[in-house]
Amino acid sequence: MIPCDEANHVCDKTQYKEATLWEKIKLTIHLAYCRACRNYTKSNRKLTAVMKDSKIQCMDESKKASMKTDFEKLLQEHKD
Amino acid sequence: MPNHQINPNKWIDLYSDYLYNYTITRVSDKEIAQDLVQDTFLAALKSMKNFKGEASERTWLISILKRKIIDHYRKINSNKGKAEVRINYNDSESEGDWLEERVSDPYDKTAEDKLQNNELGDAIHNCLDKLPQKQADVFKMKTILGYETEVICNELNITASNLWVIIHRARTAMSDCLEKNWF
Repeated sequence: MIPCDEANHVCDKTQYKEATLWEKIKLTIHLAYCRACRNYTKSNRKLTAVMKDSKIQCMDESKKASMKTDFEKLLQEHKD
Repeated sequence: MPNHQINPNKWIDLYSDYLYNYTITRVSDKEIAQDLVQDTFLAALKSMKNFKGEASERTWLISILKRKIIDHYRKINSNKGKAEVRINYNDSESEGDWLEERVSDPYDKTAEDKLQNNELGDAIHNCLDKLPQKQADVFKMKTILGYETEVICNELNITASNLWVIIHRARTAMSDCLEKNWF
């Protein structure tokens, strides 16, 4: 038996394929009797699906950082 | 109408991902998209005095970006000398066929799919904007960029359990927000 917060944590990990088999079994048992966590799992899965579906993209963190340094230099010049 | 303020200090944090996502769906090349976003910020900085506060900062930046994207396509077109598209009727029988008939392709459903995806992308970005900066950053790195937990922890100097708490909060907020605005 695992408490709800742990169940939710495993559920989050499952969304990123980082939960172990044993964790997933414990989650399944928990979900069998816990409606609140079932709801959370459902909306969590939906979020994962929709994020994948959207094919949304973000800029690379390193690129963003270098852009930021460049821009801040210009901003400084702009103020002067 | 509220008068919008302009503050370039926060531009990159707030809008770079939104602008990038907007660009990548239109130019589909990573490097070019990044350059166009950077150009947009620079152009915006130069023409800051023209900002009248009638639209939000983001809308204003997008309007500059749109022009940058068009300019980009103009440039590559004139490089190749392919800017002109000629439509000729091949024979007298097909005379009177409209241009639409030539371009329509009933099997091409991707335009609509893409449109829907762009709208979904907008909805997601709007929800991401509502998250606290740190939650948004972690969620983006983990979910969109697909970084390993360890990498994110090192970069942001947080522990793994810390990361999962942030992820949990972000996911709950994102689900709620998308539930209201998209599903």
